[in-house]
Amino acid sequence: MSVLTPVAGAQAIYRVNPVAKLGATAILSIALVLSIDWVSAAVALAFESVLFLFAGLSLRRIALRTLPVTIAAFFSAVTILLYGQPSGQSYLQFLLINVSDGSIELAIATLLRVLAIGLPAVVLFVTVDPTDLADGLAQVLRLPSRFVLGALGGLRLVGLFIDDWKSLELARRARGIADRGRLRRFAGQAFALLVLSIRRGSKLATAMEARGFGASNRRSWARESRFGAPEVGLLLIGVVVAAASVAVSVATGNWNFIVGG
Amino acid sequence: MTASPLTPPEGTAAPIREAALGRVPGRAPGGRAGGASVEATGWGWRHASRAAWALRGLDLRIAPGERVLLLGASGTGKTTFVHALAGVLGGPDEGDSEGRLLIDGAEPESARGRAGLVLQDPDSQVVLARVGDDVAFGCENLGLPRDEIWRRVADALDAVGLDVPLGYPTSELSGGQKQRLALAGVLAMRPGLLLLDEPTANLDPEGVVEVRDAVARVIDGSEATLIVIEHRVDVWWKLVDRVIVLAPGGGVLADGRPDEVLALQGAALAASGIWVPGHAPEPPARAGFRGSELVRTEGLSVGRRPGVVLRSGIDLRIDAGRCLAVTGPNGTGKSTTGLTLAGLIRPLAGVVDASGIADGLGAAPLSWKSRELVTRIGTVFQDPEHQFVAGSVRDELAVGANAIGLDAAETARRIDPLLERLRLGGLANANPFTLSGGEKRRLSVATVLVTRPRLLVLDEPTFGQDSRTWRELVAFLAELLDAGSAVVAVTHDTRLVDVLADDELRLEARP
Repeated sequence: MSVLTPVAGAQAIYRVNPVAKLGATAILSIALVLSIDWVSAAVALAFESVLFLFAGLSLRRIALRTLPVTIAAFFSAVTILLYGQPSGQSYLQFLLINVSDGSIELAIATLLRVLAIGLPAVVLFVTVDPTDLADGLAQVLRLPSRFVLGALGGLRLVGLFIDDWKSLELARRARGIADRGRLRRFAGQAFALLVLSIRRGSKLATAMEARGFGASNRRSWARESRFGAPEVGLLLIGVVVAAASVAVSVATGNWNFIVGG
Repeated sequence: MTASPLTPPEGTAAPIREAALGRVPGRAPGGRAGGASVEATGWGWRHASRAAWALRGLDLRIAPGERVLLLGASGTGKTTFVHALAGVLGGPDEGDSEGRLLIDGAEPESARGRAGLVLQDPDSQVVLARVGDDVAFGCENLGLPRDEIWRRVADALDAVGLDVPLGYPTSELSGGQKQRLALAGVLAMRPGLLLLDEPTANLDPEGVVEVRDAVARVIDGSEATLIVIEHRVDVWWKLVDRVIVLAPGGGVLADGRPDEVLALQGAALAASGIWVPGHAPEPPARAGFRGSELVRTEGLSVGRRPGVVLRSGIDLRIDAGRCLAVTGPNGTGKSTTGLTLAGLIRPLAGVVDASGIADGLGAAPLSWKSRELVTRIGTVFQDPEHQFVAGSVRDELAVGANAIGLDAAETARRIDPLLERLRLGGLANANPFTLSGGEKRRLSVATVLVTRPRLLVLDEPTFGQDSRTWRELVAFLAELLDAGSAVVAVTHDTRLVDVLADDELRLEARP
């Protein structure tokens, strides 16, 4: 999700209301965190792989954007493989490391699960424009507009903070204090950035107020946030994938309810 | 004539549209949105955290449709007055008010949308990521129907001459374009009172003209009342029909037709820091000597990120006693060139050879340690707040001295004359962040001088400064030059270039 420039694309997925994307991701995640078996995650991942093809994003783009999730999934799997609760036959033992049947199974389940939750979340959210999300949160979910638009306005300042941070860094070298005390300098610089951001934030608040923001009368919306067939469809897909993965897992006897173990 | 979004001229369809929609905020019910009247009676305001009144005892009447330039030395409460009219001063917990201030006979807070305000800083006024959405923001807050909003957005963008698609990213706009966007956002609300608080102070010369012309086009044929705060009088001179000068301590110092006020008060205004036509500051005398070479560049390419070259093939020679001005439009790499010369950014190609001031160190300033840099090159950043690191003015000045290990006595010997010379003596214990714009600028220059560098690199040293600070800075820089320092000034200020620069590096926009 880009901070400063609007997100737009020609594919249908860009036009789906972000609230529906949020909802579908939430349904799927809740179903998948309830168990740690490999079957439910594998079924969900299989469905998702097919659905990604319909999202209209290029494989290259999907691979690139989901790279952090893939890396995270790999490393959590390796960790579980080496240190996970051992059971069954043991293949390798070294200090705390114990690779066993049990830890191998857990590692595979973890890998699939992180991917099954993470990939759709990333794919759905790279296609979300922050302004559209704010519209949806306020108009569809009826969250308070003061809160939603305040946050949206604040998001725009993030780009300025990045520039500020670079300038602060150069300025510290120019002032002669960049040779020593790295930690202390970092703290001082962070504080300076905080001061600058509060000032920028209050200026933005004044500018927003000057345009009638926060007045008591009822606000209208220039952009309609629609929640129609495509949105309901996406939610249904989320429900179907979640239900199917749970059902297959329960039917094959692999379901492993996480609460109360 | 194009229809102004402020108030539709007679004979347009707007009143009919309005009747169909019922009461439209920002307009008198059933009638046209005439200009608003302003009336202040013994009005005053004091911020909750301050003992002194920002302004007090203000008696003023402004008739509908008047175009007013509001002047006054800094600290006379111009901004407070305009913010009060825009209804953004806040309630009783933000401060105390006395007397009365009315727009069309009503309290400003109850007349939201009647007054529209454009502020100084282009970056912190953009609310949304897309141009059309940003202009629509005010209309949404007024609760206007959707089709009316988009009609107004189109009208307003047209009026300010911002010819970009509605979905265009606001982050891609230049400073002048951002200010025109802010103006459009206000116009779309169809205010009867247009308030501009130094709308061009942060812009380059092209941006100033852009915004001024947009305002001229907007008010031409409109009935709205206009109040502009600005310390560069010549920018707005031809657009206004009345000048009001606020007195320090409260009340009105002068009020009348522009030429009358200028004739009576011109010299006094110029002395108080306002840029008045015909009262330009005297250029300082220069000895005009040329010393040895301090820094040279060969085939220098500059940029902020590896591989993204902003400017290449820069061959320069900077001599003691000489001032080099780096000029040109925004985005051509002026500041980046300055920072590269100053040893803060790595050259993308070519050499910065500072053997003239290296004094035993390597020739490239980038290779010097931070504390070695401060005795050789002093850099003043465009935004003084970026370089403040201490809690008081005195401590701020001592930072460089401490970094190079001067003892307390020597530090005081260097700091005290600078405090005096740059009129900061009474502020020695003040927090740098609480200073006025002019004081911050003077302090930021003083901080780098404590360690006595031979080369000064200044990024927009005179940007947004009043004429008094300008005069003082220029005189001070002239002294430093005559004493054998070299100055590199990255600047848009043609006056500064005329008065101080011996050489000019002009970076033109590339096609």
